[in-house]
Amino acid sequence: MTSRSALLMAPALAWLTGLMVVPCALVLALAFFRRGIYGGIEYTFTLENFGMVLNPLYAGIFLNSARIAGTATVIAVIIGYAAAYAIAASPRRLQPVFLFFAVLPFWSNYLIRTYAWIVLLNREGLVTQLLRWLGYEGEPPALLYTEGAVITGLVYNYLPFVVLACYAPLSRLNPELAEASRDLGATALTTFRRIVLPLTLPGIAAGAVFVFVLSIGNFVTPALLGGGRFQMIGNLVYDQFLTANDWPFGAALSMALIAIMLLLLTLQAFAAERASSRVVVREDAT
Amino acid sequence: MIARRIVLVLTFAFLYIPIGVLVALSFNEGGLPTAWSGFSFKWYASLAGNRPILSAALNTLIVAVVSTAIATLLGTLLAIGVEIRRRRGAALEALIFAPMIIPDIVLAIALLSFFSMINLTMGLHTIVLAHVVFNIAFVCSVVRARLKTFDWSITEASADLGASAFTTFRRVTLPVILPAVVAGALLAFTLSVDEFIIAYFTAGAGRASTTLPMQIYSMIRFGITPEINALATIVMAVSVTALALSQRLNRGVVGQ
Repeated sequence: MTSRSALLMAPALAWLTGLMVVPCALVLALAFFRRGIYGGIEYTFTLENFGMVLNPLYAGIFLNSARIAGTATVIAVIIGYAAAYAIAASPRRLQPVFLFFAVLPFWSNYLIRTYAWIVLLNREGLVTQLLRWLGYEGEPPALLYTEGAVITGLVYNYLPFVVLACYAPLSRLNPELAEASRDLGATALTTFRRIVLPLTLPGIAAGAVFVFVLSIGNFVTPALLGGGRFQMIGNLVYDQFLTANDWPFGAALSMALIAIMLLLLTLQAFAAERASSRVVVREDAT
Repeated sequence: MIARRIVLVLTFAFLYIPIGVLVALSFNEGGLPTAWSGFSFKWYASLAGNRPILSAALNTLIVAVVSTAIATLLGTLLAIGVEIRRRRGAALEALIFAPMIIPDIVLAIALLSFFSMINLTMGLHTIVLAHVVFNIAFVCSVVRARLKTFDWSITEASADLGASAFTTFRRVTLPVILPAVVAGALLAFTLSVDEFIIAYFTAGAGRASTTLPMQIYSMIRFGITPEINALATIVMAVSVTALALSQRLNRGVVGQ
């Protein structure tokens, strides 16, 4: 059985090794080389690419993109959690339908979903039209090419994933726990804060990690909705590979991105661990 | 309960109004977002005469079909191989799961570096090589979900009755998992049609291997045109159709 299993897995694993593991290992190695004078790669060991990541100029972009990604994450989690909660509280037979339609946009083209916001937010776009119709008479407001537009685009694109991630633990939540809490005299808010929220935290954390990592590594949304005025780490990586031709630095930047992702995923796993131990404690108590 | 309805209505409005506006404008005769001047298919007709878009659409179709075919075969075999194992290490699971969570930009630059280091001229073939990587992971996960409820004793019965391993696969295993295989293939096709970042980095120089998302990206950067609205509507319709079919074949695939 094992040899047959190995034979069946071999082609796919070879493909993943040759075209994912090896290229990623190559990028890791690249991050420790020096940039050549003419933009090539000089094969001498150096740590200066990682030093450059900490350079104030780039550190500023890191902090800036962390702030934009962080804001988008918080907003997406609030909306996504509320939506997931509303879906989980809907009649059983409607839940899969609602979930399907909440997630559907996620599978359509990312560029098109971003472009839809250009149509809404540009100077003569629908939002301006709506304001005019409501009686607004001044200059068209600057909505596009702002930080707000970038954040809106990120929230819009990644919201379905948060809904999905939060729905899973909410739908598995034992309704008797909340009932017991109310019977014992807890208010709705206390029940939510002390029972529902802690038990569904792993879902929130999973959704948040996903939104944050994809936002911070994004280069499309800042380019299209930010008009290139807001740089994210994704834009920096893009520049190093396609315009500045400093591949070793670009490699170091993407390794930093992977490091952030792994760190956050570890924290998420920790949150999941804690939530499951809480459930055990509560079950022991009954 | 009123709060629940308000939240649902607002969420779906937020998710669907932007897309809905785009679709509506694609049928606007005048093409301007400022005024509705009548229903028309003229922007769709003008797409049919747009050479760069047509050639990009053909490229996308080639990449999606070839990468889906390879990934469906490899991903299905992988899923069966993994599921018949008694012990599955964390490293194996991580390797299979990685293409789904690794940020696109990282895989994109990794492949760009790799292809240029081995001096492989880039074009549609390198986009296919790249797309198969993440498509394997998605096909495998859909097929594995199906195999979790598969009763392996029927394959043993088939073997006991003298069927070869291949006959058992063709006559017993495949018919049971086929809906999941097709669902996985449809999902892979959709992902490949819509994929932009990795294709952008692995397409190489020149316009010959421009895919539809790459074409859309360059058009969007120059501003809004009614043609993009029409094109966007078609692309979304294709994705939604493929996905709805996939969902029908394999309940819950979208939620994975």
